[in-house]
Amino acid sequence: MPLLEIRNLSVEFATTSGAFRAVDGVDINVEPGDLMAIVGESGSGKSVSMLAVMGLLPWTATITADRMAFNGHDLRGMSPKQRRRIIGRDMSMIFQEPMSSLNPCFTVGFQIKESLKKHTDLDRKGRQDRAIELMNLVGIPAPEKRLNAFPHQLSGGMSQRAMIAMALACEPKLLIADEPTTALDVTIQAQILELLTGLQEETGMALILITHDMGVVAETVKRVQVQYAGQKVEEQEVGALFDDPHHPYTAALLAALPERATERRLPTIPGVVPGQFDRPEGCLFSPRCRFANAHCKAVEPVQAAPEMGLALCHYPLSHGEPTNREKAS
Amino acid sequence: MLRFVLSRLLTFVPTFFGVTLVSFAFIRLLPGDPITLLAGERGISQERYDELAAQLGFDQPLWMQYFDYLAGIFQGDLGVSFVTKRPVLDEFMALFPATLELSICAITLAVLIGIPAGVIAAVNRGKFFDQALMTTALIGYSMPIFWWALLLIIVFSSGLGWTPVSGRMSLMFFIEGPTGFMTIDALLSGQEGAFKSAVSHLILPTIVLATIPLAIIARQTRSAMLEVLGEDYVRTARAKGLAPLRVNGFHALRNALIPVVTVIGLSVGTLLAGAILTETIFSWPGIGKWMVDSIFRRDYQAVQGGLLIIAVIVMIVNLTVDILYGAINPKIRNR
Repeated sequence: MPLLEIRNLSVEFATTSGAFRAVDGVDINVEPGDLMAIVGESGSGKSVSMLAVMGLLPWTATITADRMAFNGHDLRGMSPKQRRRIIGRDMSMIFQEPMSSLNPCFTVGFQIKESLKKHTDLDRKGRQDRAIELMNLVGIPAPEKRLNAFPHQLSGGMSQRAMIAMALACEPKLLIADEPTTALDVTIQAQILELLTGLQEETGMALILITHDMGVVAETVKRVQVQYAGQKVEEQEVGALFDDPHHPYTAALLAALPERATERRLPTIPGVVPGQFDRPEGCLFSPRCRFANAHCKAVEPVQAAPEMGLALCHYPLSHGEPTNREKAS
Repeated sequence: MLRFVLSRLLTFVPTFFGVTLVSFAFIRLLPGDPITLLAGERGISQERYDELAAQLGFDQPLWMQYFDYLAGIFQGDLGVSFVTKRPVLDEFMALFPATLELSICAITLAVLIGIPAGVIAAVNRGKFFDQALMTTALIGYSMPIFWWALLLIIVFSSGLGWTPVSGRMSLMFFIEGPTGFMTIDALLSGQEGAFKSAVSHLILPTIVLATIPLAIIARQTRSAMLEVLGEDYVRTARAKGLAPLRVNGFHALRNALIPVVTVIGLSVGTLLAGAILTETIFSWPGIGKWMVDSIFRRDYQAVQGGLLIIAVIVMIVNLTVDILYGAINPKIRNR
């Protein structure tokens, strides 16, 4: 049984100028102990789809899905109260800006122990011991002292470690890390990623890493899901994805990595992710795709076969060359 | 923390002297003087006027009068009222508990209703409750206080007969207690019905006096909460699975309190200075009414003494607010 199973998830935001579809028919499958990444540029709906799973979207959002189950429980029909018993305990999340994600008015220790108080029956002493244990686990030196520190007394890396400690407090089965290193220095980034993967291995929890950094993906995860403009466009094992990307968007993202550049000028993807008002007909990526033809710009693509990475493309790439061309023309 | 308080206390010194000077000068800038006013319409002969002026020390040059006044302050002597011939400090202290009692009730009411109302409005932003509350707050804020007071008296006192029209205590009781707070003294006196009477006299003035602070606190809480509710740490709190009451009323509110406490501090300052309109309408024997009467009588000593005490009280309230900032937000404390 998959730990997290999502079919055809869509999220729409009611705005003053009409509905905006931020997530558009996304499937996500996470097995227990899985280590996967969701990749895409800003506005591709990666965070929104995970916030929808956590139930953290504002009331302006409308969430629809054919199936949305965590650990066998259907999340859709759940009352907010039932949902609150799961999030923070079996499923927890850390965020992009560690410095602003901790409440400046309370000590780090208080904020960690608050989770324990909510979800476990540990007594005061038990919570203190567990908090110290957690601080040790995430590599914060002098935990007894740091528990009494306020967030503004911690550095960015320390804050993210504290956030991780908080998220791990109740030994979750799934940890969602939403761009956990984006706001941090490069050297600290590596430490935090190492910590996350280490903890994942140690505890056997599943980890979903949301990122826009292909470099992070290559070093960290086993499986990758690529999202574009709210749609899932490709899913592959990390090695295969880097060797042979099937969707032109994935290929373009990989080509833009400095490590893989072959020419003097780094290749870029022209244009931006379509927004509320400039959604193209047909394939959403077609205006920016260098392989797109008239067919792409008129007809919405369907998912390709699993061996083609479930690519959402009329002509999924194979070793850099579009396939299926003959058939269509 | 101690250093912070001490440094704030140091800034009291120039403010204190400024207030003595301003209050001394201000009342003397008004046309007329206590002697002519005491004499009334019949007028007074020049010899008698000079005699009285010499008695009251008005024949001295102004700077001498000022230094006499200052010297008195440092000996704890705020002078004697020309009109009542009683020490200003005694007069003030006799009336202040009435003002304090009313102010405490009013600010408590305003805080207890204003903060939750603001929080609920912010959480339900744009929905019916929010709009209804903000409209009510706007009305409360812009309504003339005397009109509102009269309206309440007409409805609840003369119409329904639920509350007394004015005063602090029914005439059936004579309460003279140790604290000056009518409610507490009434309880201590042990007279049956006295406490109930004291409370019923408090209700309407409290509502009237609380109206404007309540409106301001509710609006300020709402706008501060709206800002905080979008913060990342509020999302973190929700991601822990905490209930909305805990997220909004604890994690978010604590951060939104700084501007609210500022507004409360300012309100307390104005309330303690005496609510002139409210005290007049309800014949509440507080210092607001006393100050106005003293100004009309050109009672120099009473006005300058009263102003000085009020200024000191407001300074103390402000200091308390500053200390509270640190208690609410540790980031401010450690700066």
